[in-house]
Amino acid sequence: MYRYDEFDHAMVKDRVEQFRGQIARRMAGEMTEEQFRPLRLQNGLYLQLHAYMLRVAIPYGQLNAVQMRKLAHIARTYDKGYGHFTTRQNIQYNWPKLSQVADILDELASVEMHAIQTSGNCIRNTTADQYAGVTADEIEDPRIYAEIIRQWSTFHPEFTFLPRKFKIAVSGAVGADRAAVRFHDIGLFIVKNDAGEVGFEVWVGGGLGRTPMIGKKIRGFVAKADLLAYLEAVLRVYNMLGRRDNMYKARVKILVHETGTEEFTRLVEKEFEDTQGGALDLPAAEIDRIADYFQPPAYEALSDDPPALTARRFEDKGFNNWVRVNVARHKVAGYAIANISLKPVGVPPGDVTADQMDAVADIAETFSLGGIRVTHEQNLVLPDVRQDQLYDLWLALREQGLADANLDHIGDMICCPGLDYCSLANARSIPIAERISQRFADLDRQYDIGELRLKISGCINACGHHHVGHIGILGVDRKDQEYYQITLGGAPGEDAAIGTKVGAAFSAAEIVDAVETVVNTYLALRQPKERFIDTFRRVGDAPFKESLYDKAA
Amino acid sequence: MTKLLKDGTVTNDPWIHVADGDAVPESGPVIVTLARWQAEHNSLAGRADGLGIRLESGQSPEVIKDDLAHFAVVALAFPKFADGRAYSHARMLKDRLDYTGEVRAVGDVLRDQYRAMHRCGFDALEISGNHPADKLEADWRAALGELRHAYQPALRGPEPVLHQRHRAVAA
Ligand code: HEM
Ligand code: SF4
Repeated sequence: MYRYDEFDHAMVKDRVEQFRGQIARRMAGEMTEEQFRPLRLQNGLYLQLHAYMLRVAIPYGQLNAVQMRKLAHIARTYDKGYGHFTTRQNIQYNWPKLSQVADILDELASVEMHAIQTSGNCIRNTTADQYAGVTADEIEDPRIYAEIIRQWSTFHPEFTFLPRKFKIAVSGAVGADRAAVRFHDIGLFIVKNDAGEVGFEVWVGGGLGRTPMIGKKIRGFVAKADLLAYLEAVLRVYNMLGRRDNMYKARVKILVHETGTEEFTRLVEKEFEDTQGGALDLPAAEIDRIADYFQPPAYEALSDDPPALTARRFEDKGFNNWVRVNVARHKVAGYAIANISLKPVGVPPGDVTADQMDAVADIAETFSLGGIRVTHEQNLVLPDVRQDQLYDLWLALREQGLADANLDHIGDMICCPGLDYCSLANARSIPIAERISQRFADLDRQYDIGELRLKISGCINACGHHHVGHIGILGVDRKDQEYYQITLGGAPGEDAAIGTKVGAAFSAAEIVDAVETVVNTYLALRQPKERFIDTFRRVGDAPFKESLYDKAA
Repeated sequence: MTKLLKDGTVTNDPWIHVADGDAVPESGPVIVTLARWQAEHNSLAGRADGLGIRLESGQSPEVIKDDLAHFAVVALAFPKFADGRAYSHARMLKDRLDYTGEVRAVGDVLRDQYRAMHRCGFDALEISGNHPADKLEADWRAALGELRHAYQPALRGPEPVLHQRHRAVAA
């Protein structure tokens, strides 16, 4: 993975000291809370319902064992013994003390980590496909470009007071989008043009929130050397023209929508024309330098499906299920990508204890060449596991309560913190997630249902991605009562779609039954091998509405 | 009292902002609004004592790109420190429109923004309130020095890390 050089080290160190000074000035009353707010947000520090919350960046979702142990240490020393992995390849701590935040950042800096620009109206942590570098369906490793973008966007003098937050995602895979690229302010797909050169397809204006939108493709190909100049052109147009009169209309998606894709593209192209080939030119030597860090490790010569694996799968149904559901193809024969579901029954999705983090670090060293990834589905990935060691890995994970074989099934839901932590929430989401996971705890039933992405948000901001859930649940407030609105038909990836509301919201008491009704309606209608989303696309929402609402009438 | 923090030094500011309703003084350097410039283009262009223009954060310098030679000062307004449009406008003035006069910030500016402003091409900041000059200058130096490096190219500041890393390669 990327290793800091002297510049990177100096940069995070300087930032820690700068923020320490800002905190001191705030505590001494030299700055108002209003003045301090954007500064602390640019350092990942929120003020939440009960306490401060610190959001730490995990650039493109990549961690090593040493870093994971540091995250565990921070959870134990400065928080209540756990952390929360989020959909943006970050980890959040819910209880740090303001007076200790600079020390936490110092600890992070010692393992080449930071909380820079994880919040605020600036360019946020750039995310990427969690299978980057190990998946066979990839043109080039997106982490190289995510790292280049990370550096370019860090403390960008022109873009730290944008109209709103700004998120960029990169994917290098063909036909699979594991990074929800089209739901980002800028989404980049690595592509090959007719001449066989590798570059970027650029999508702008995707996002969730109260006005969910799928991004628009504004360019089919940007050459590697032009990547930063092109990004800067988009950002400049957005900074100058993005709306600032209404924060709900300030995202670039609204600008693209109101300006029209064609005109927006023209403005960007004009800016780009001016900067192309200038100081922002990305030298091939820099791409090579960064790419060197992402060279594949020394894999051993092995073959797929070793006898030891086949035998274990035959003998042990639980293990076989886990392999079938949680393990993905690796580009190298004899290796596998193992997903760790952070969605055991009854635990808030994405929550991990300090002890579990330490255990994952040990496990990654033993079984995965030390590498760990964090996914936008709030799970972890061990990218480099020998197939003949999968069984031992599974046993080790099971001991930690981390061997749930529910990836991409109804138990593997995304859920935002909701009213339990979030000052913006209208409703609780974690208890709803827990009750749904209990209702569908039976794995055989989950396998029968098949792939089903369920996503829960506690308010319209859509942190839990409900718009892009096959089944989405949105918490709303009606006369001080928590209600839950169901949307159907959303999808985050290569078949990107935004779900539609089915009808009136349900009370907390009714919502789990309602989800079950939706699932049962699907089961009754599906054709052989048809996923929930495919059935929904075939039959539309009418049968679901009927079973949810007409019954009572 | 408004002070001008220019290139890191506090100076007396000879420039006077003229509001739209007020009469333009006979002599002395004045900064007028865009509306005024557009309405009184002919009389203002002939002034001997120096002319500046003030652009609100929603007014792009593109609008005056053909007039820039008339202005010794372009003042970019910050209605709120969190309104970051002027950063792009400053860069546009200097990078794209090749403006060589003074670009100054007017309005709500935080010390924590000095460095970014400097890097984006601002030459001066108008500072209101009761701040001793030596404190302002010390703050300026401290703010500029807080981060030793810069990753990305901008108008000023340390040589971008990107270029430092590859200077040897290019040579
Ligand atoms: C508890 C503290 C949190 C607060 C105060 C918060 C605040 C917000 C706000 C205000 C928005 C709306 C922004 C907009 O779209 O204009 C938003 C969106 C979002 N948040 Fe959070 N959030 C929190 C936690 C989380 C967590 C834990 C996650 C991940 C699990 C998350 C991921 C997201 C995502 C993916 C969006 C959608 C934004 C988009 O359109 O790109 N947030 N959040
Ligand atoms: S969706 Fe709403 S309730 Fe949930 S974390 Fe985001 S802002 Fe908070």
